[in-house]
Amino acid sequence: MPKRLAVVDSGRCVDCLLCALACSRRFGEGGLARSAIAVRSVGGVENGFVVIVCRACPDPPCAASCPVGAITKATVGVRVLPDRCIGCRTCVLSCPFGAVHWDEENNKPVICVHCGLCASFCPHGVIALEEVGGG
Amino acid sequence: MDRLLARVLRVDLTRKRSWVEERPDLFEKGLGGAGVAIELLHELCPKDADPLGPENPIVLAVGPLNPLFPLASKAVAMFKSPHTGNLGESHCGGRVALALRLAGFGALVIQGRSEVPVYLSIHRGRVNFRDARALWGLSSSLTVGRVLREIEPGAGARTILRIGRAGERLVTYATVVAETYRHFGRLGLGAVFGSKNLKALVISGMGTVPIPDPPRYQKLYRELWERATRSELMRKYHDLGTAQNIRPLHQLGALPVRNLLATRYPAEPRFTGERLAEEFLGRRLACSACPVACIHLAILREPHPQEPYFYKTTFVSYDHEPLYALGSLLGMERAEDVLKLIDAVEVFGMDAITTGVVLAWATEAFLRGLVTERETGGLKPEWGRAEVYLEMIRRIAQREGEFYAVLGRGVRAAAERYGGEEFALHFGGNEMPGYHTGPGALLTYLSGSRHSHLDSAGYALDQEALARGEKLTPAELAQRLFQEEARRQVLSSLVVCFFARGIYDLPTCSAALGTLGVPRSPEELEALGVRILRRKYAFKTREGFRLEELPIPKRALEAPTPAGPVEEGFLREALAELRRLLEGEDGLA
Repeated sequence: MPKRLAVVDSGRCVDCLLCALACSRRFGEGGLARSAIAVRSVGGVENGFVVIVCRACPDPPCAASCPVGAITKATVGVRVLPDRCIGCRTCVLSCPFGAVHWDEENNKPVICVHCGLCASFCPHGVIALEEVGGG
Repeated sequence: MDRLLARVLRVDLTRKRSWVEERPDLFEKGLGGAGVAIELLHELCPKDADPLGPENPIVLAVGPLNPLFPLASKAVAMFKSPHTGNLGESHCGGRVALALRLAGFGALVIQGRSEVPVYLSIHRGRVNFRDARALWGLSSSLTVGRVLREIEPGAGARTILRIGRAGERLVTYATVVAETYRHFGRLGLGAVFGSKNLKALVISGMGTVPIPDPPRYQKLYRELWERATRSELMRKYHDLGTAQNIRPLHQLGALPVRNLLATRYPAEPRFTGERLAEEFLGRRLACSACPVACIHLAILREPHPQEPYFYKTTFVSYDHEPLYALGSLLGMERAEDVLKLIDAVEVFGMDAITTGVVLAWATEAFLRGLVTERETGGLKPEWGRAEVYLEMIRRIAQREGEFYAVLGRGVRAAAERYGGEEFALHFGGNEMPGYHTGPGALLTYLSGSRHSHLDSAGYALDQEALARGEKLTPAELAQRLFQEEARRQVLSSLVVCFFARGIYDLPTCSAALGTLGVPRSPEELEALGVRILRRKYAFKTREGFRLEELPIPKRALEAPTPAGPVEEGFLREALAELRRLLEGEDGLA
């Protein structure tokens, strides 16, 4: 069964950003420029956090919105074809979660590929890989 | 080494200009954090500078490990302290280190003074000077944070540093509040911000740090992550936070109570880490890059005084030191009352430890008749009376009248003006932290470069010695403290949280640096630690600090520690040895 990254319980999030930092390590680099996952407070840290990451929509609006076909649907989530992408940011606007992140250095979208590396570094069980069921 | 780390962002508030300097020399030599900040301070702070004058620089620095390794989560601030008159150094977690590093800078230096209140907004590496006149004078530092959160970009990867009213009014122990609930707490960075008409500083950073050896880096990262998340110490900090210390210190008779007139209560106080976790804990938070989440927020639910079923809910961040200073040292009984006092210092932006010690001194001075209601403006301070202390905190932040203006300069100034120096709990002008464990703790407060318990952790040495039934000679104790403080300079140059000192021994620091293309042997790091410590001592000495002339409050010698009372002669002998070690064989660095 294919797996997707799921936000299991954002109530346990402590804002350590280890998920976002792990995501950048996929590319053998440090920092946040190419992280496909982000954490934001809900109007101040005392009110808790939201984890902003692709939820692997069955019919992804980001792919539908791309004028040049640079985002295609994959088994789980989508894939970005960077060579096709013209950097217009239409995909960013299409996602209601804000889960299409932007690589400012390369002017390309960054969307989670559901590899699960971030989940293996989440110390508090906020995110996990889960099997994609029938719907 | 990462090329971007060597960039120093310079800001001149007088001329409203900013520029970037490349300083690989400083970062090669001192790595980052404290090692770089002390060199910038030597360079940029003129001798005998007025700490509240435009000539006093604010230096913020991060290091090569931020935020690339677990618990490499701290940033270092250096300045000349308006509180002690010499080295001002303070460390802060939150998102400060991540934001500054990923903004593409290793250090930020702010000099000069703006003629109108401003705040700095730094995004995509550019500095914007923003009008802060409307923010000046707001009653709460929390409101400043709320406003900036809404109007500034960079959510999720930014730090929001600001001062409260105490910083505006130049209370010499005003803090800079970060994010909310984290601080550059001690030695008065908030007053230095205030003196420059600098209300706040927002920095966001989303950049990349290149890793020269990714496979080795990934492997070491995982190893350290596993050690950090599985260690017993880390579990304790996660579960109860630093508040876990209250119970064992109380049992030991090492918790300062009522201005150190006692070291325990008749029964255990109601604000131990255990009781707070059970009855008040509402949320835990972490600094960026730290899996531990030691930040503990209590939920304080207060009924409205007039209207039934109407509640005000406040989140209050508690730690050992505020619980000691605004709790046991003031003889508080109720946990709710302690939380209210902690909330008040957060709102006004004052150092919790110093505020507590100041209030404790004022209470004893009042009870002994050194000051009367004429000085206190009709208030009657009394152990355990939260409502009086809340009003006193407000008046100190306002610098209302002569008495509160003096209290706004700490207990050294208060005792000079009104007497009672034998019970004025300060060491080198900085107020006492919450451990009365024995000679090690007192020596750390006296000799530590920040006069902080964290400088060389004598309290830990005392407790180890006690458990082993070991008695160290003054020279042995001095050597152990010197070694520990020197080693900690390495951590504060990387910059790794001191809570992770058990994980980051020198070989581990060396290995971590190796994966980032900064080859340093453990021996080189050890020597670097000693050099940084001596450079800090040299700055202090330059500004008139004399280790051998430090007064030791009589109260601290009279109040028995678990190891018995401490002899002044013992401390003086150890201080002489520490001075010898700090000066080094070649004289001052």
